[in-house]
Amino acid sequence: MKLNGEVLKRKFLNGSLGLTLISIVLGFLLGAIILLVAGFNPLEAYWVILKGIFSRSKYISYVIIYATPLIITGLSVAFALRTGLFNIGAEGQYIMGAIMAAAAGYFFKLPLILHVTLAVGLAVIVAAIWGGLAGYIKARFGVHEVISTIMLNWIALYFSNFVVTLKVFGSQGTGKSYAIQSTARINLLSDWKISEAGIEFIRSHKVLGDILKTPINAGIIFAILLAVLVWYILNKTTLGYELRAVGFNPHAAEAGGINVKKSMVISMLISGGLAGAAGAFQVLGVSHRIAKLAAMEGYGFDGIAVSLIGNNTGPGSVFAGLLFGALKYGGSKIQDAMQAPTEVINIMIGTIILFVAMPKLIRLILTILERRAKN
Amino acid sequence: MEAIIKDMGFIIGTTLMYSTPLMFTSLGGVITERSGVVNIGLEGMMFFGAFVGATVAYYSQSPWLGFVCAGLGGALLGLIHAIACVSFAAEQIVSGIAINFLGSGFALFLSRLFFDGATQTLTIPKKIPLPFSFLFGEGKLFQSAGFMDLVFNRFATVYLAFFLVAVVWFVLYKTKIGMRVQAVGEHPEAADTLGINVYRIRYGAVMTSGFFAGLGGAAMSIAVVSRFSNTLISGHGFIALAAMIFGKWKPQGAMLACLLFGGAKGVEIYLGAKGFPVPSSLLAMLPYILTIIVLVGVVGKTTPPAAIGRIFDKSGK
Amino acid sequence: MTAIDFSQKIVEMIDVVKKFGDFVANDRINLTVHKGEVHSLLGENGAGKTTLVNCLYGLYRPTQGRIRIKGQEVEISDPNAAIQLGIGMVHQHFMLVDTFTVTQNIILGRETTKMMGVLDIARAEKKVAEISERYGLAINPRDKIQDISVGSQQRVEILKALYRGAEILILDEPTAVLTPQEIQELVMIIRNLTQEGKSIIIITHKLHEIKQVADYCTIIRRGKFIDTVEVDKVTEQELASMMVGREVSFAVEKKAQQKGEQILAIQDLVVKDNRGIAAVNGLNLTLHKGEILGIAGVDGNGQSELVEALTGLRKVAGGSITLRGKEITGSKPKEVINRWNIRTIPEDRQKRGLVMEFDVAENLILETYHDTPFSVRGMLNRDKIYAYADHCTQVYDIRPTNPYLTAKSLSGGNQQKVIIAREVSNDPEVLIASQPTRGLDVGAIEYVHTALVNQRDRGKAVLLISFELDEVMNVSDRIAVIFEGKIVGIVDAIGVDENEIGLMMAGGTP
Repeated sequence: MKLNGEVLKRKFLNGSLGLTLISIVLGFLLGAIILLVAGFNPLEAYWVILKGIFSRSKYISYVIIYATPLIITGLSVAFALRTGLFNIGAEGQYIMGAIMAAAAGYFFKLPLILHVTLAVGLAVIVAAIWGGLAGYIKARFGVHEVISTIMLNWIALYFSNFVVTLKVFGSQGTGKSYAIQSTARINLLSDWKISEAGIEFIRSHKVLGDILKTPINAGIIFAILLAVLVWYILNKTTLGYELRAVGFNPHAAEAGGINVKKSMVISMLISGGLAGAAGAFQVLGVSHRIAKLAAMEGYGFDGIAVSLIGNNTGPGSVFAGLLFGALKYGGSKIQDAMQAPTEVINIMIGTIILFVAMPKLIRLILTILERRAKN
Repeated sequence: MEAIIKDMGFIIGTTLMYSTPLMFTSLGGVITERSGVVNIGLEGMMFFGAFVGATVAYYSQSPWLGFVCAGLGGALLGLIHAIACVSFAAEQIVSGIAINFLGSGFALFLSRLFFDGATQTLTIPKKIPLPFSFLFGEGKLFQSAGFMDLVFNRFATVYLAFFLVAVVWFVLYKTKIGMRVQAVGEHPEAADTLGINVYRIRYGAVMTSGFFAGLGGAAMSIAVVSRFSNTLISGHGFIALAAMIFGKWKPQGAMLACLLFGGAKGVEIYLGAKGFPVPSSLLAMLPYILTIIVLVGVVGKTTPPAAIGRIFDKSGK
Repeated sequence: MTAIDFSQKIVEMIDVVKKFGDFVANDRINLTVHKGEVHSLLGENGAGKTTLVNCLYGLYRPTQGRIRIKGQEVEISDPNAAIQLGIGMVHQHFMLVDTFTVTQNIILGRETTKMMGVLDIARAEKKVAEISERYGLAINPRDKIQDISVGSQQRVEILKALYRGAEILILDEPTAVLTPQEIQELVMIIRNLTQEGKSIIIITHKLHEIKQVADYCTIIRRGKFIDTVEVDKVTEQELASMMVGREVSFAVEKKAQQKGEQILAIQDLVVKDNRGIAAVNGLNLTLHKGEILGIAGVDGNGQSELVEALTGLRKVAGGSITLRGKEITGSKPKEVINRWNIRTIPEDRQKRGLVMEFDVAENLILETYHDTPFSVRGMLNRDKIYAYADHCTQVYDIRPTNPYLTAKSLSGGNQQKVIIAREVSNDPEVLIASQPTRGLDVGAIEYVHTALVNQRDRGKAVLLISFELDEVMNVSDRIAVIFEGKIVGIVDAIGVDENEIGLMMAGGTP
């Protein structure tokens, strides 16, 4: 029995899940040390964060809202990575999706479900083309996707800033597009919330009312569905087999008759489409419009972190996205509560990724600890 | 005619100003990648350097001290990247992503501590000086606001950047250490069999790249503007990275690519100032579109260092 | 003739042990080399020859044992220390920076400088030219490595060691990439070196080369020291049986040939390499049912490009390939595999043959994953895939018999079995086997050869490409010799003269 436990422990520690969890612990540890050095009580800070995440239903709702786009951009990055492509461009694909969703949401006048479907569909298509373009440039001209997607990110950003200045799309001088039609919104019970019965309900039901006060929307449901879809495509379909083969060894895949270049383009199309969906759900569920961007918002870059922490899988991205969203939202609370810089969260995320990248170091630490424990 | 020359001077001058932060960082990229280590963390290093530079310059009132400390700050992040990639066989792109989170995280964290919860520093008392300002003005060699003034009366960092391009070129191609860096990037095993310490060379190259990226950040925060803020760097490190590849991993190539990006910025600012009816966002887009076109068409075959991104591991030996 | 000075022991390795984790690569090996001696290290792939010399060169630290150089006990911590002691090494895979010049490569790590670390290339070039002349190496110090021939590159490697004042030269499989003529030149260079008092340690598994060049031979088998023998006093047969530990018959057992109709015809084929040069240049060849056609030739004469053109991985620049009279030139890899049923055992199994992170089952379906029953309407059918893999591991004796293991975790021989299972089980019309036994041990080699002969006996056609002339001669029914992208001669394997083929391989006409 003891032997079995030992074997299980080994498997856990050498598996990717074990390494990720250890990395997360190390990330929190380092965050604590930094807070301590900066003169804050780390336990208090973590307690504030924890309370900021779980103590009210409203907070949980916000965590989910924060996490939704991160989960989906995480899926986007993960999908490309499994085909051996590093999609730094999720950021730009997200922007393109957001532009398209805002445009479709504002210009069309359609019934609810149809309108949402159309807006999301168009956003996904445009973003897929944006991502697929990087895949095509790589397949056809051999330009590394990291470089082309960095360029495409900036082009998307400036394109977005351009379209919000158009008269038909946004009122002049505000730097914002017009809000999308109510039929394109995916918020839950948004009409009812402002009806008399709704206001009464929110007032009398503390827990549920709290949730309803937030822009809670159907995005998270779509995010989870997309995660399942990604997992299914990669592991259960012929296409997924091809893409994974290309990701692990393009030379062998090519010799086996798989069209490697086509796979690259398809992978980037799907990856881009996913990032576009993230942008679409954010517009349809939270912001309802797009605005001039002074800098990158970082959803795509955060998605890289989510993907890496989630071990580049569908389910992993959901958990990593929730973790990231929770830290981002909960972490913002320590600023007001104790004047501790909320950016400790970025440091923690960076540390986690760094340790995830170094299984060799973690194994070394474990061996040393084990030796110590024996002596 | 005179007006056109003056406008040209304005565009060239702005180009130089905006190119130099990129140039420092891009040179750093050349150094690390020629040694075989991809450094996508340049952005974070630049970010951190911009903060350190402005903060030290603010408290010490010495822009040069700030400048050097910015380099050291970048080198510190470089050390982390080197530990991960060189010693612990980390995936280099992943480690670079982590560096970007750490660089911006530490910069903003410390900024809030030092500047009363703000994500930007206060305005520094003294910027990097204009070394040739004594030549320009009333009764001097050149009149102020003329072509010569607009082009050559620039921050010392501008001149330093060009000087460093020459230095990096010379070191890389004409000296022992440069040859070893190249050998390590092309064929680390060969270098190893000749008794060259691959790890040490790569540590040195990655940390130097961090130092340069840090300088690039400071060239932004204490020369182009006079404070650090959380949106100051926003992607310049990535552009410098692209410029390095655009420039085919050569210092002189990187310099030209940085001038292209800076030039686009210069034209954009000029047209904006002149109130031309072209939307500035569309103009801002141009260099990126151009880069893609160039990468696709003209550059065609770029040959990165042969061992780039490859983990060199002689453990167990 | 011989230049050995028996009074001076230059290298003594005494009871050297090298372990990697639990694996013992060298188990108490002894080696003594005198001044002016050519000492050969003989052993199969993976026997531990390279590990031993890496210990001598300071790339590995021996776990136990002692090393003496010129009678002094030494500890060789790194290549620098080895170089200091006068040890130089020419690696099997050349350790040259392609983009550097000859001189840059030679001085790397030992740079001639002016002040402040600024390189003094001119001075170095002069010295390089001097050494080249003295030993008859014919090297231009200003050439770039990527522009010179493989033979020249090898001489640069030798020059590199001599530049560092090497007294002892280790040559790791030096002839693998050379033409017979270049091998003769190398033999001459080795003679020159020993006359000048240098000692040579040469690693090889080619017996006739040992007979030709070496004075003494130390045999290693599975990491263990077997014997050191005087080469003149043993036969090749004796050396071979010491190497593998049993009597070896070089011949592959096979039935009389039942040669059938022509199936594959290649006419005036032109294929360009990565640099745009015609590596296959007007090649003609026909392949019949029920035969193994072996292609003999030195590496780099267009073999890889020929295989890549046949498998659709490389564009055909001219000429035609026909299967049963049907033109198949320019087919995509998928068509070649699934439509024409031409299967390939690729030359680099880890790069082209397997997805190392995939498990055995996933690798077995790499060419058929899209067909029923493995895949139905775009969905994988895992039950069928793993049932098929179970079947294959049984039939093809893939060990361990667990289809869930990754290819990475298998031995080289078993990796090759996975590939053979995949390529052969679909009963291909034509089987192309490119370097199918590279890096395998004797047991696995026999397995591969049997698999090829089985295909032939079932009336299928086999095209065998190998740089090992022995393999081509033993397995094939007919032998075609490739030289500079052309077939320069075709002979029947029965009663063939090795020298005749050797001459053709070097471009001579018999």
